[in-house]
Formats: sequence, structure tokens, C-alpha cells
Amino acid sequence: MSCCAPGTEMALEIDRAGQGLPTSEELWLTSRSLGGGLRQTDLSVPGVHCGACITTLEGALKARPEVDRARVNLSSRRVSIVWKEELDGTRTDPRELARAIRARGYETHLFAPGEEDGDQTLKKLVRAVAVAGFASANIMLLSVSVWSGAEAATRDLFHWISALIAAPTLIYAGRFFYASAWNALKHGRTNMDVPIALAITLSFSISLYETITHGTHAWFDGTVMLLFFLLIGRTLDHMMRGRARSAISSLARLSPRGAMVLDAEGGREYRPVDEIRPGEKLAISAGERVPVDGLILVGASDLDRSIVNGESAPAPVRVGDTVEAGTLNLTGPLTIEATAAARDSLLAEIMGLMEAAEGGRARYRRIADRAAQYYSPAVHLLALVSFIGWMFVNGDFHHAMLVAVAVLIITCPCALGLAVPVVQVIAAGRLFQNGVMVKDGSAMERLAEIDTVLLDKTGTLTVGEPRLVNGQEIQPSTLATAAGLAVHSRHPLAMAIHDAAKIAPVIAGEIREIPGAGIEASTDSGIYRLGSRAFACGDAGEASGQSEVILSLDGRELGHFRFEDRLRPFARESIDELGHLGLSTGILSGDREPVVAALARRVGIERFKAELTPRGKVDECALAAEGGHRVLMVGDGINDAPALRAAHVSMAPATAADVGRQAADFVFLHQGLNAVPMAIDTSRRAGRLIRQNFALAIGYNVIAVPIAILGYATPLIAAVAMSTSSVIVVANALRLRAATGNVAEKARDGQAPASLRPLGSA
Amino acid sequence: MNTLIYLIPIALFLGGIGLVAFLWALKSGQYEDLEGAAWRVLDDGDGKPEKK
Repeated sequence: MSCCAPGTEMALEIDRAGQGLPTSEELWLTSRSLGGGLRQTDLSVPGVHCGACITTLEGALKARPEVDRARVNLSSRRVSIVWKEELDGTRTDPRELARAIRARGYETHLFAPGEEDGDQTLKKLVRAVAVAGFASANIMLLSVSVWSGAEAATRDLFHWISALIAAPTLIYAGRFFYASAWNALKHGRTNMDVPIALAITLSFSISLYETITHGTHAWFDGTVMLLFFLLIGRTLDHMMRGRARSAISSLARLSPRGAMVLDAEGGREYRPVDEIRPGEKLAISAGERVPVDGLILVGASDLDRSIVNGESAPAPVRVGDTVEAGTLNLTGPLTIEATAAARDSLLAEIMGLMEAAEGGRARYRRIADRAAQYYSPAVHLLALVSFIGWMFVNGDFHHAMLVAVAVLIITCPCALGLAVPVVQVIAAGRLFQNGVMVKDGSAMERLAEIDTVLLDKTGTLTVGEPRLVNGQEIQPSTLATAAGLAVHSRHPLAMAIHDAAKIAPVIAGEIREIPGAGIEASTDSGIYRLGSRAFACGDAGEASGQSEVILSLDGRELGHFRFEDRLRPFARESIDELGHLGLSTGILSGDREPVVAALARRVGIERFKAELTPRGKVDECALAAEGGHRVLMVGDGINDAPALRAAHVSMAPATAADVGRQAADFVFLHQGLNAVPMAIDTSRRAGRLIRQNFALAIGYNVIAVPIAILGYATPLIAAVAMSTSSVIVVANALRLRAATGNVAEKARDGQAPASLRPLGSA
Repeated sequence: MNTLIYLIPIALFLGGIGLVAFLWALKSGQYEDLEGAAWRVLDDGDGKPEKK
């Protein structure tokens, strides 16, 4: 693991530590203000796994003066940092915190804000479970005495004490069911909570009546135990429910608020984005995002166009090229002419697509909800029929009522309420241990149903960082010189060079970066140039674009560096495995056709589509859906986000853009692509166990209901039957732990730390 | 029968103490990170759980 081998802390390593970190603005926006000048940031650190990791990370963070508190949560692989907004009058840069974590050799990612919102409800539920557990244990104790033969006054006393315990418990712990049932009834629907609320109310009232009239049977134990089991199920279910997603709002953050508009007289005016009309000239400095689609009038630069095509390598642009809104201008200032208003821009289109795709996901009904739809009317009908039936048979209202209550209690969906959430929580736990986070319980249900996997190329099948391919062919001294130049640039290819070189000698002389071309250094021995062929050697000839870099001295070629994006670990094996699972695979990429075709051959995928726009990807997903296929979309970029939302279920690596991570149902934290087949396999097993659990719960009802209808269900029998069925369902769910052992082992092998892999190899 | 007058309240009271103790532990954040807690035992530093 990366953590216990505290990497070589060379200057280079630390320099590189800034790469891929969330930006300062993002960290500010997602931190919570605690008042008193303190803010709290939660970061996910998937690499922590032992006590040493905790000490290392907390030590590293607490050593920083701006950090007030830092605490690692090992269960959720997260670190929460409380830091001072200002220190000695200067504003704290929260990026330094993330950098400190990265410098210790841990990957770190930003967490979606608002992911903790469910916490309060969860705490309320856990408290309710505790109260219900306390009540049911005590009442059961008293009930055992009654069953074992307490008579007359003693029995009445025990019943009264039970009633006294049960009444406040029903109000406190049962309020979730009452509120939900009332809400459903108010809107003319029924849900699982209606029979529950009815059963506990009726059984409590009839037990109270029995107690007052010195009857033999009281159902307090059954009532409270039912509540207890159901609350456990409800709590687990709540843990699995989807978390608030804000993919669209974080996309909106990417669009700039305004831009510098140049008027005809050369004046400059900063105007909000909405007021920019097509035809106006805009000045965009390096580091700014392009506000609207436009055409370059003056300047050359590199654009980060990952939002458009998912390609992480910056694309050089010059006069006459078009630029899309939302792309990031990296190296040089540009003057563009706006060709479309902001609301017609690509970013606006992506946001629109995501809003449109939202509906498809919401229509999915969870298995538990679907079961509830049929279950509750059936149970009510059954109780009513047995009441009417007994009224006909012997006309004894009291007896008929007792039977009806027994039917309600025994059929109450104890096991059913546990069947789905227990399996899902265990499955999610397994997935989390293997580095896959699940956002929503229904996501696993959906993942189990898929038959097609569509993958994005850059950043998903590949790692999204170019690597030097021909490192062996190049003289070490040439490589070192190149690294000396490359260290001055944040261009991904430059980073790849100094990663491969390991050492970077200091080059004396004037060094400058020419936007869209390369780096130039005037030294005593001549002018070194590192960049495109046209720039380095002066012959505009066969410049093959972005995947090669030339080092030259006074126009003479010294070295020729070729780059290739590395495949994600286990990419090939994972694709094979998907085939074994009976799934068809395909690639959807925004990249150029030959590149995609070559990669498709390498990983053994036959179907691929290249040069797709974000809308194109959504259309592909929709097309597959129309053909009756259920699609898993795996992607990472902003350009994938609408497709991630539109697909039946989606997955993204943790390195994905914030928007992509939030749009996806699953996020895998480790590098290996084998997380995908692992998640599918686990979800399918979970799906099978859920169906088995349903079968068990139905089987239980088939046996128990006739006993209740015939009037033989005493409180003792009901208690035994109810707890047995629940225990069986839970035990069955636990089988998932044993069953996924093999897959888990394999996935763990895939966690080879990034820092230990040989550098510079493709 | 007479002993029950004492014993039942005592039983309930003891159970109640357990319940209150659990709720307190829950509130003070001791269940936030069970895996981490297992490791922190071995830590020599004075790490106290922090309230959310």
C-alpha cells in the first residue's frame, strides 16, 4: 500500500502533488463555516487503512498552523479538517491542506457537499431503535413469566407494566411509521407503513383492552418487537438511500460569471455572462474559463477541452479556431468573438441534458416499494376476511377481533422489511472495503439488471495521464535536459517527461513558455526548445499533434519523445471478465476515431463510437435503452455526466471530474478497472439473495398465516415465528460475506499504489 | 410476589441506565468511526473523539 511506504519525497514528487487536486475555490465552496473564523472541510482519502495511516495523516495536518483539528474517519475513509479562515491576516489556501495529504503519498478527493445531510435522520432512527430494543427486551422478560404460567394478579401486573413501557415506546419509536402512513393515506396511496401503523395501533389497543378485562393474552411483546425489527430495517434502508446530488449546481459553478468585453474603441468592460451578445469581442486571460462559444481573433494558447471531449491533454488553438464555453484557457491570453449567447452554449446544453435525463432515473421503483404495493392491500384484505369469517362462524366479536389482530401482527412485514436493506447494507459494505462507493441502494438493484456496459475512453479505460513510451531509446542526458525544461511547465506532456526523468537539473538561462508551442531556454550553449516539431525544429512538416514532443538545440533535433496514455490497471482482464458475466461491452468516446479504434483493439472491445459529443453519448444510451438493453455507463468527464445520468446505472472513478462523480451511482476509489466486474458481481449476488429473502418471507407467511387465521396464534407463537423469520432472513443475507471472498481478494490485488509503479512505462 | 415490587423497578432501572448510556455514547460521536477506534487504542497520543 502507498501509505506505509512513505515514498521518496523528492522535490519532483512534491511538485507533482498539486496535480489533480481540487481547486482552492472548490474547497472553499464545499467547506462548512463553523463560525468564529473556522471552517470545516471533509476530504475522502481512499488509501487510509490502518493505525499508522491515521497517525501519519493527522500528524501531517495538525503540524500546519492553520489547522485547528483534523480527524481521520477510518470507517468512511475520510478526513475532516477544521481550519482557520485567516492566519496572521492572510487568507488560508485550503488547497495546501489537500497538498499536505498528497505529499504523504495519499490520494485525496473532494467529497460531494451535502452528503452528510441524512445524518440527523439516521441518528433519530438509531435512537428509536435503541428505545424499541430496550422496551422489547423488558416486555419480553415480563411476557416470558406470563407464558410460563403467571396467574391472575401477577399476570395483570405484568401486563400493566408492559403496557406502561409499550405506550411511550410506540409514540417515540413508532412516530416514523405513523407519520409516513398518514402521509401516504393523505395522498390516497398506501405503503408498507400503513399495515404497520394499523397493526401496532390495533394490537396495542386490543392488548390494553385485554389487560383491563383481565384477559389471558396480551400482544405488547409482539407489538414492540415488531417495531424493533422494522426500525432496524428502516435504519439500514435509510443508510442505503440515495444521497442528495448536486451535479447540476456544480456544473453551474464551472461557467464563469462574466467576461471582459472589448468595445470598438478599445475600452474594456466586465459584463455578466447573460449580457454578452454574439459578435462582441472578449478578452480571456490565461487561467480563465471561456464564458461563451466563440472564434479566436487574436492569440494562441492551449485549451483544456476535457469538458467537450473528455480528453485530458490540452489542445493547442490559434487564430481562427473555435472555442467552446466552459473550456479552460491554460497558457496564453486570447481575444475571441462571441458566436452564441450564454444560454446557447455547450455548457448550458450539458446542463439541460442532465436535467432532462434526471427523470429517467426517478421512474425506477425499488424492489421493496414494488413489493409494498401488492403486500399491504393483501394483508389488510386477509385480516378483514378473517374477521368477517369468524363473525360468521361464531359471531363472537371479541374473538374475531383477536384473530384479525393476530393475522395483522404475524403477516406484518418484519422479515420483508429486513430482506432488502440487510442485504444491501452488507453488499455496500463489501463494495466499500474493495474501494467502491455506492450512492444509493437502488443502484445495486439496477446494476444487477444490466446487460450492456458502455465505457468512456480517456480517464476510464485509460488513466488519463500521458506517459513517455520511448524512454529507453532516449539518452539519459537528453532526458535530463528535457526534464530541466519541462519542470517549468504544467502541461501534462511536460509533467510526463519530468516524471520519467526522475531528476531535473537546473538549467541556467532565461526560460519562457510559449503558449500553444512549448518551452524555450536561452543558455550559454544555445537555445534549447522543447515542444511541437514546428516550434522546436522550425519545419512545420509532419507535426502529428499532441502525442509527441521534440527537444532541440538551436533548431537541431536532440530527442524525440512519444507519449501514450496508459491503460488503467486490469483494463483488459476486466473487459474479459465482463464478457464472462455475459455482458456486451462498447466504447463511447469524444476522442478521434483512430485513437479509439487502436485502444478498442488493445482491450478487446469490438464496438466503439468515436468523436461523440455529450449529446451523442446520451443518444447512444437512449438508443440502447430503446433496444431493450439496460446500460451501465462508466465514465469520468464532464462530457460524460449527462450520459452517466441517462444510463440505467453508472459508475465513475474517483479521479473523475466533480460533476461526473456526483452524477454517477458508483464511484470506485482504486485505480484498477476490475472494480467494475466486481461491483456487478456483488450486485448480482445481492439481487439473488434479495429474491431468496423474499421467497423466505413469503414461505413464512404461507405457514404462519393459516395458523393465525385459525386462531391458534398465541402471543408466544407469534413472537417465536416473527423472530425466527427475521433471523433467517438476516442469516441468509450474511452469506454474501462468504460468497464474495474470492472477488474481494482479486480486487485487493488491484490496489497497487500509484507511486510504486515503474515510471515512464506504457 | 412481594419481591417483584422491588425487583421489577430495579430491572427496569438498570435497563434504563444501559439505554441512557447508549444514547449518550451515540450523541458524543463514539460510533462515528468504529474501525478507526480499534486502531486508536494503539495510538500513544491523546486523541479524543470530536463532536460533529
